[in-house]
Amino acid sequence: MIWMRNLLFVTLVGGGLCTVGYQLIPPRAPKPVTRYDANAYSDPQFRDAVDRADASFREQWSTAKVHAAQPAPDLLVARRLALGLVGTVPSLEEIRQLETLPAEQRLPWWLDHLLQDRRFADYFAERLARTYVGAEDGPFLFYRRNRFVSWLEDSLARNRPYDAVVRDLIADDGLWTDKPATNFVSVTCQQDKQNQPDPVRLAGRVTRAFLGLRLDCAQCHNHPFASWKKADFEGLSAFFGQTHVGFTGIYDGAGEYVVEDRKTQVPKTIEPHVPFAPELLPDHGTRRQQLAGWVTHPKNPYFARAAVNRVWALLFSRPLVDPVDNLEQNETTPPALQILADDFSSHGYDLRRLIRLIASSEAFRLDSAADGDDGEAAEKMFAVFPLTRLRPEQVAGGVQQASSVGTLDAQSHIVFRLARYGQQNDFLKRYGDSGEDEFDGRTGTIPQRLLMMNGALVQSNIRDEPLNASMRIALMAPDNPRAVETAYLAALTRRPTAAEEAHFEAALADDHLTRPQRVTDLFWALINSTEFSWNH
Amino acid sequence: MEPLNRRGFLRMAGVAGATWLTPVGTLLARAAEAPGKPRDHAQSIILLWLQGGPSQLETFDPHPDTRIAAGTTAVDSAVKGVQLATGLERTAEEMGSISLIRSMVSKEGDHERGTYAMKTGFRPDPTVIHPSIGAICCHELPLAGADIPRHISILPSQWPARGGYLGDQYNAFRTDDPASPVPDTSSLLPARREEERLQHLDVVENAFAAGRHKRVEATMHRDSVAGALKMMSSEQLKAFDVLKEPLALRRAYGETPFGRGCLAARRLIEVGVRCVEVTLSGWDTHANNHATVHNLLTTLDPAFSALIRDLRERGLLERTVVLCGGEFGRTPTVNPVGGRDHWPTGFSMALAGGGIRGGKVIGETDPDGKPEPANPVTVPDLHATILTAVGIDPAQLNQTPIGRTVKFSEGTPVADLLGNAD
Repeated sequence: MIWMRNLLFVTLVGGGLCTVGYQLIPPRAPKPVTRYDANAYSDPQFRDAVDRADASFREQWSTAKVHAAQPAPDLLVARRLALGLVGTVPSLEEIRQLETLPAEQRLPWWLDHLLQDRRFADYFAERLARTYVGAEDGPFLFYRRNRFVSWLEDSLARNRPYDAVVRDLIADDGLWTDKPATNFVSVTCQQDKQNQPDPVRLAGRVTRAFLGLRLDCAQCHNHPFASWKKADFEGLSAFFGQTHVGFTGIYDGAGEYVVEDRKTQVPKTIEPHVPFAPELLPDHGTRRQQLAGWVTHPKNPYFARAAVNRVWALLFSRPLVDPVDNLEQNETTPPALQILADDFSSHGYDLRRLIRLIASSEAFRLDSAADGDDGEAAEKMFAVFPLTRLRPEQVAGGVQQASSVGTLDAQSHIVFRLARYGQQNDFLKRYGDSGEDEFDGRTGTIPQRLLMMNGALVQSNIRDEPLNASMRIALMAPDNPRAVETAYLAALTRRPTAAEEAHFEAALADDHLTRPQRVTDLFWALINSTEFSWNH
Repeated sequence: MEPLNRRGFLRMAGVAGATWLTPVGTLLARAAEAPGKPRDHAQSIILLWLQGGPSQLETFDPHPDTRIAAGTTAVDSAVKGVQLATGLERTAEEMGSISLIRSMVSKEGDHERGTYAMKTGFRPDPTVIHPSIGAICCHELPLAGADIPRHISILPSQWPARGGYLGDQYNAFRTDDPASPVPDTSSLLPARREEERLQHLDVVENAFAAGRHKRVEATMHRDSVAGALKMMSSEQLKAFDVLKEPLALRRAYGETPFGRGCLAARRLIEVGVRCVEVTLSGWDTHANNHATVHNLLTTLDPAFSALIRDLRERGLLERTVVLCGGEFGRTPTVNPVGGRDHWPTGFSMALAGGGIRGGKVIGETDPDGKPEPANPVTVPDLHATILTAVGIDPAQLNQTPIGRTVKFSEGTPVADLLGNAD
C-alpha cells in the first residue's frame, strides 16, 4: 500500500508543479477577441444623441469661458471604463488585446467586451443595489440581499429594459426568497410593527432612486425651494399603505394608510396621491402597480433623467447633477441630462445603449489633466475629467488585477477566486466602505494609506512570489525598460514618462536587492500613488 | 477652527518629538495648544460603548425586590442611597466620581439607528450624516503635534464613530485588542529599502501632478501618506502598547480585550488623543438576559472601575469625560425565554470626570416598569451636556456639504450634572 501513497504523492506534487509552471508562463495565444456590434455605435440616432450632448457641453464651456482638456489617451479611457463597469483595472492581457486592434475600433470593442463580461452584471448590480436597498443587512428572516443582487445581475446580464426592472421592484408580490424583487419592499419591514413594511421609507426610496427627487425632505417640512408639500409625500407613502407581509410574502390587501399628525397626534387617513402629473396614473391594479405605472410612465419627466444621472455617476464617479438623487434644484441643469434622457426613454430604456452613449461622449473621453492647471472650475462642468476617490472594492480589485498578468474574471479558477474574495472582504472592512453615499467628494485618510502601504492585501499581491506579476515580470521581461513598461501598464494602464523611465531603469539596475524585490518596490510605488487610488 | 488639513500636517512635523510620552512633553504640548488661555474644560472623552443595548435593570438602575427585577439584586455604592446591580461591586466603590442618568429616552429602538442616535445626538436622516461626538471634538479642538489619529475606536463594533459631514478624516481609527500591535503600522523593511520606495513614489506622484496640481493637492492623498509615515515612526504609537504598564494595573483592569482597551484608552488620552471609544459587545439579551449580563459584568466592572480610579490617581479625571452605556435599554418585563427586549424609553448612562459632578442620579424609572421616566433626558440633551463639558457650544452652527445649517446638538445641557462641584 505504501507504493500507492507514494504514487498519489508524486501525482499531487507533479500536478502542482505543472500548474505553477503553466501559470508562470505568460499566455502565448491571447484569448479570442470578443466581437462587438459596430452598428450600435454608427446608428444615426445614436450619433445624433452623442453629437447633441457634446454640442450642449461645448456651448456651456464657451459661455463660462472654460477651456476643455485634450482628449485622453485610449488606454486611460479604457481604465475608466473598466473601473466603472467591472470595478477593476484592465489586465495586461486585455491591454495587449486592445492594442492589436485598429485605433478607431479600440474603445467600442473594449466597451462591448466589458458589457458582455459577467463581471459587469455582477459589479453593476451591486452598485445599483446600494441605491435600491442600501448596503447593510436588513431585517432578519424577511430580507435576502444576496438573492436580490443575483436577481439584478440576471436582469443586467439579459439587458432587461430598465422600466420593467423598476416595475418589478415597486410592485412585485411574493416571498423574498422566491421573487427576489420583493426584497425592495421587505427590507423596510419593521420589527416593532409586526414586521410590516414601512411606507415612509419606501416612498423615500422610490422618489430618490427612481425619480431623483428628495420628496422625503417634505416628510417633516415643506420643501425649501421645490414645490413639494408634506401632503405630497404622505400621499405617495399611501401607495404602500395596503402592502403587507403574510405567509405568501409581500402582497397588497385591504386597509387604509393612517398617519398621526406630528403636532396634534390625531390619526388621519391618507388617500394615495401623486405629487405631479396625476394624468399618468393608471386607473387599475393594486396601489403599488399604479405607482409603478406612474413612476415608469414614458411621460414622467424624472424617471429617465434620474436613471441617466445615476449611470453617468457610475461611469464618471460623479453625477451630472450633484447630489445624484436631487434633480430638483434651483440651479440650472446641464442640457445633456435631457438629451440623454430622451434617447433612453425613446429606445426602450436600454441600459447598455445608455452606457454606450455616455461612454462615447466627448466629456467622458477628455483628459483629467488641464493646461494651466485651472481644473477645479472646469471639473465642475466636465470640461476636464474629474478626479474622484475610487471605491474600496475598486481599489481592492485594482490591486489584485494589477498584480496578475492574466485577466481575473469569472473564468479564473475557483481556488483563486475564493482566495481573492477572502482578501477583498478583509480589505473592505478595514478600508472603510462608503455605503450608500457613494458620490460625495471624499478625501483619502491615514488608515487607508496604512492599509495600502503595509497591509496584507497589497503585500501578498506584490511581493516576489510565483504567480504574482512582480515575479513574472522580473523573470520574463527581457530588459529593464520592458520590465518598467510592463509594470506601469499593469498597475496604471499607461506607459511611463521619460522621467519615470529613467528613474526606474536606474533603480532596477541597482543590485543591492534581488530583481524580483526591485520589481516589487516598483509595484509598491505605483499602487500607493494618487493615480492608482483616484479615478482620473 | 479649521480642520486638520494638509498645512496642518506640515505644521505638526515641527512640533512632534520623542519627548511626547514624558509628563514634561505633555505639559509643553498643552501650553503650545492654547497660548495664554489655559482650557478649564475637559480635553478628552472616553466612551465605553456597550453594543447591543445593555439592560438598565441589571446594571445601573436595579429595582431589587420588584416584579420587574425578576430576581436581580443590588449592592450599595459609595454614595448613600444609590445602588447598582450585583456584579458592579467595584464600580459601586467609585460612585463618588460617577453620575448616572437613569431616565435616558431615545426615539430609536433599532440597533443601527439607536447607535447612530447615541453616537451623534441626532436621529438618522437621509440627507446628512452627522458626526459622532469624538469627531466633533477633533474638529473643534485641533492639537498641534499629533502623530497618531485623535479619534480612536478600540474593538470597533459594526458601527464605529464617524466623521459624517465633517469628513472621513474624522472617522475613528479602528484597532483591535491592544494585546497585539496596531495593524499595518510597520513596513518591516530595512530603512534603505523603505526610503527608496518613497523616492519611487515621489517620481510617480510628480508625473501625475502635471496639469493637475491643485486638484491632486485637494485629494489630500500625499498628506495622508505623510501622516501615515509620521504615525509609523512615532513614539506616540507606544501608547497603544499596554504591556508597558505594570502587571498589577493590567490585572486591575482585567486581562480581557475590553480591559486592555480601557487601559490603552487612558494611555492614549495621555498623549493627547481626543476621543477613544472602547466597545464591549454582547448586550443584546433577547434570551437568557440575567446570566449573559452577569457574565459581561465580570469584564465591565473591573475595567470601568479601574479606569476611573486610574484616571483620578493620575489627575486625569478632571480633564477626561468618561461615558458608559449603549444604544438603548431593555424591557422591564422578561420574555418567555428569559430575555429582555429593546427599550428606548428609560435606560441608563453613566458619566464621570471632565467637570461632571460625581455621585448624582438624574431621573428615575418606574418600579412597575411603566415607560416615561421621571425627569427624562433626551439623547440630544446628553450630547449637549458632553459638548458643554469639553467646552464646545452645542448650538454652534455648521454647514453640511449640501448647504444645510445644523447645530452640533439640538439639546439642552443637564444643568445638575455640570457646574462646579459643591
